[in-house]
Amino acid sequence: MGDFYTYFFDHLPDVWSGLWVTLAATVLGSAAALALAFVFGFTAHGGGVLLRGTSRVVVEFFRGTSLYVQLFWLYYAFPLLFGYELSPLFCGVVAFGMNYGAYGSEVVRGALNAVPRAQWEAAVALNMTPAQRMRRVILPQAWVQMIPSFTNLLIQLLKCTPLLWLISAADLTTVVQRMRDRTGETTWAYLTLLVMYFVLAYALTLLMNALERRAKARLGLRTGAARGPRPVEASATTAGGSL
Amino acid sequence: MNYDWDWASLGESLPLLWEGFKTTVLATVLGTLVAAVLGLLVAMAGRAPGRAVTVPVRAATEFVRSTPLLVQLAGAYAVFHTVDPLTIGIAVLGIHYASYLSEVYRAGIDAVPKGQWEACRALSMTPRRTWRAVILPQAVRNVLPALGNYAIAMFKETPFLAVITVQEMVAEAREYGATHFVYAETFTLAGLIFLAASYPTSLLMRKLEKRLGH
Repeated sequence: MGDFYTYFFDHLPDVWSGLWVTLAATVLGSAAALALAFVFGFTAHGGGVLLRGTSRVVVEFFRGTSLYVQLFWLYYAFPLLFGYELSPLFCGVVAFGMNYGAYGSEVVRGALNAVPRAQWEAAVALNMTPAQRMRRVILPQAWVQMIPSFTNLLIQLLKCTPLLWLISAADLTTVVQRMRDRTGETTWAYLTLLVMYFVLAYALTLLMNALERRAKARLGLRTGAARGPRPVEASATTAGGSL
Repeated sequence: MNYDWDWASLGESLPLLWEGFKTTVLATVLGTLVAAVLGLLVAMAGRAPGRAVTVPVRAATEFVRSTPLLVQLAGAYAVFHTVDPLTIGIAVLGIHYASYLSEVYRAGIDAVPKGQWEACRALSMTPRRTWRAVILPQAVRNVLPALGNYAIAMFKETPFLAVITVQEMVAEAREYGATHFVYAETFTLAGLIFLAASYPTSLLMRKLEKRLGH
């Protein structure tokens, strides 16, 4: 036990830089995913037949092929086909963004559908422009519905970042794996890694719960949904989700 | 795009990918089985009276659920290096997904009306009989669609098994791609096979969900 932790604390800067890469991949990846989720969610909800069909095909494609395959395709096949070499972190951000954006678009679509019909009609009756309608009436309500599912997706995205190790980005897993190789302390190295990811995931959950409380307070809802463990929603995580 | 797409390599690598695909399917089926049974046990343990059982069970599931599958796999493989990799892979996949499924079961069990429990007590059934004859048949029916969805999710995560040297489909694709330098072809093929297998299954699950009235 001693050896690993001596080495670990002697090389804290390496750990920080690994942590930094992991966080960067998580934050940038989820930002890309969020943007795509809104684009595909909106088109799947309200676009014309052509737009809706395209968005469905894209979403099903990125959900149906494994994230692992997508990442490796970007890293190995893309440079062969197009002659551009992508950095591992960039590959990660694109693959995570595409994959989780596809899952997220279902969340957006479901949340838009869940806003009561009367709210849309009332906004029309008040002569609001489509942009006003969306910004002031529909989105604030849909957003509250989206957050719990987005929290789940965010944690899942974080849990996929160790894939970067396989395409040799220097993320947290890569750094701690290297330390394991140096010290030979397998059990402690992996246990440390697991605890670190757990802490990260928990911190993200707390952050998202605070966001949810704020969004609810803005609507005048003050039910303390932030308490207790994160709910698992089958529909948000899987291909066949109906949400 | 000035890449020379090597069509011949597609046909050549297909038998190898097929071999890997069988391992992929085997790991998914057995992993789902482990997860389905273990998840149920965890959910039942979560309803045990007294915090001595429920608190550790909750903590353990939360921990497993919040940590990366890849690290769990690599860790288990390094610690139990004498065990067959496929067995480790199935066990880890099963435990990982059991932590998700236990929540699904919990919701399914909670959805059984309280009167059913009370009726069992009134008939002085043993707890064992209550679970087996009354609660579980109703709960499992609620849970089936979600279980199918998680099986599909697991199917798409089996490529992680390549990390612990299991020769599943993507590992085969990588190996063939590396020796013949046809990554583009084999990875595209592997992705398409995933799509071809998982999309119809998820459509089927959706139909089942509708039929069960969700």
